[in-house]
Amino acid sequence: MQHILNTPVTREMLAPLVAGDTVLLSGVVYTARDAAHQRMMELLDRGEALPFPVEGSALYYVGPTPERPNEVIGSAGPTTSGRMDSYSPRLLDMGQSIMIGKGARNHDVCDAVVRNGAVYLAALGGAGALMADSVESLEIICWEDLGCEAVRRLTVKNFPLTVILDSHGGNLYQSGPQNYLSAIK
Amino acid sequence: MRTIQATEITAAVSRLCIRANTQLPDDIVSALDRRRKQEPWPLAKETLGLLWENMELACAKNLPICQDTGMACVFVSLGQDVHIEGNLEDAIHAGVRKGYGEGYLRNSIVADPLRRTNTGDNTPASITLHLISGDTLSITVAPKGFGSENMSRLAMLRPADGVQGIRDFVLETVRLAGPNPCPPIVLGVGIGGSFDKVAYLSKKALLRPIDVPHADPFYAQLETELLTAVNDLGIGPQGFGGQTTALGVSIETAPTHVAGLPVAINISCHVTRRATEIL
Repeated sequence: MQHILNTPVTREMLAPLVAGDTVLLSGVVYTARDAAHQRMMELLDRGEALPFPVEGSALYYVGPTPERPNEVIGSAGPTTSGRMDSYSPRLLDMGQSIMIGKGARNHDVCDAVVRNGAVYLAALGGAGALMADSVESLEIICWEDLGCEAVRRLTVKNFPLTVILDSHGGNLYQSGPQNYLSAIK
Repeated sequence: MRTIQATEITAAVSRLCIRANTQLPDDIVSALDRRRKQEPWPLAKETLGLLWENMELACAKNLPICQDTGMACVFVSLGQDVHIEGNLEDAIHAGVRKGYGEGYLRNSIVADPLRRTNTGDNTPASITLHLISGDTLSITVAPKGFGSENMSRLAMLRPADGVQGIRDFVLETVRLAGPNPCPPIVLGVGIGGSFDKVAYLSKKALLRPIDVPHADPFYAQLETELLTAVNDLGIGPQGFGGQTTALGVSIETAPTHVAGLPVAINISCHVTRRATEIL
C-alpha cells in the first residue's frame, strides 16, 4: 500500500504504515550523518537545543554530491543507517519521528521505533540521481565545515520511500526475504 | 621508448573519474536490464525499475549515479617501454583532484583514519601499478563506495575447507551484509596468494566485466554456482526480498602456500563503476 505523508508528522499519521508499504513524503526533511550526529549529541550533553525542531521531524542520512550551478542539489541517495544506531534512540525519545536511510538497524533502534510510534524508511541505496529529483530546495542550517555532512534543510516533494521498521515491530529486512522464500517454495 | 606527458595522464584520469561516476559499464547495464525484466517478485521488480530509472536520469542530467562517488581506485598498467615526462603518481592525484572538482563529485577521503579531516579534493587516489611489456599506458578508474566496501571480508581458511569452505564463506558474507551494501551486489572473490594478495585479487576481480567468465572452466563454473547460491538467499534488491541479490560473481586466483587457503570477498553494489583509457 502507498501512503502520502507530509512533515512534520504525528504518531497517529505513522500508525497505519506497515513494513513493505511505500511512502511518498513531502515537506521538510533534515539531513545528518555520522559527524552531524556526533555534534548533536555534544549539544544535548551540554543541555543545548538541536539545530532544528525535533518534534515530528524527519532525518535523512545523506551526504549529497555538490550541486552544479542552477541545480538544487547534487546526487543524494542514502548512506548506511547502522552507523547512526548509537545516536538514534536518544533522538527518537525526544520526538524525532522518521528516519530515512538504508540498511539494517540494531535492536535498540527497533525498540525505540516501537516505543515512540516512529518509523524507519528506506530511500533507494545507490539511486542518488532519482532521490535528488524529489528535492525542491536546500539550505545549509549549520556546521558548514562538515562539507557534505553539514546539516541541510531540504524541502522534498513525493520523495519515494519504503517502510522498513514500522511502529508495530514489523521489519521488512526480515519479512521481505522470508515472504519471498516461502512464496517460491 | 615512447614518451607520455604527465599532463596527458592527468587529463585522462580526470575524464575517467567523471565518466565512471555518471555512466555505468555496459556489462552492469545489461545485467540490470535483464534482471529487472526477469525478476518475479513484485516489490523487487518495482525496485529494480527505480534503479534503472536512476541510471537513466543520472546519464541524462550528467549527475553522479550514486552520491558516494567513492575512493578513486586507479589501476595502471604501464608498458616498460614508456617514459613518463613528469611524476606518474602526482599526475594521477592531480587527475582525481581535477575530475572530482569539475565533475561536482563528492569528496569522501579523510587524511588520517583516526583524526579524520577531509582532504577536500578526494585525493589521494588509491593507486595500483603494474608493469607490462610494450609502450602503452592503460588507466582504469574504479570509484569504490564504502557502503559495500564496509561489508567486505577476508578469511584464512584451511586447505581442507576446500570449495565448500569458500562457498560457505561467500554465503555467510552476503547474509551478514544483508541490505547494507545496496543489493543487487557484485562479488569480487579472491582465492589464494597471501593475506595481502588475496584482498587485492578480490578487488581485481571487480574490474572484470561480469559477462566475462573466468578463463579456467573450473572457476567459471564456481562463479555460476556461487551466483545461483547467492540469489537463492532471497535478500533481493535493496534487501526488500526477491530473486535478484547479486548481478555477478567474479573470481581471481593465485598460487598459495601448502598450509593456506586465503579467501577475500570484496562486495560492490549495483553501481559497480569502472572506466578505462589506453594512452
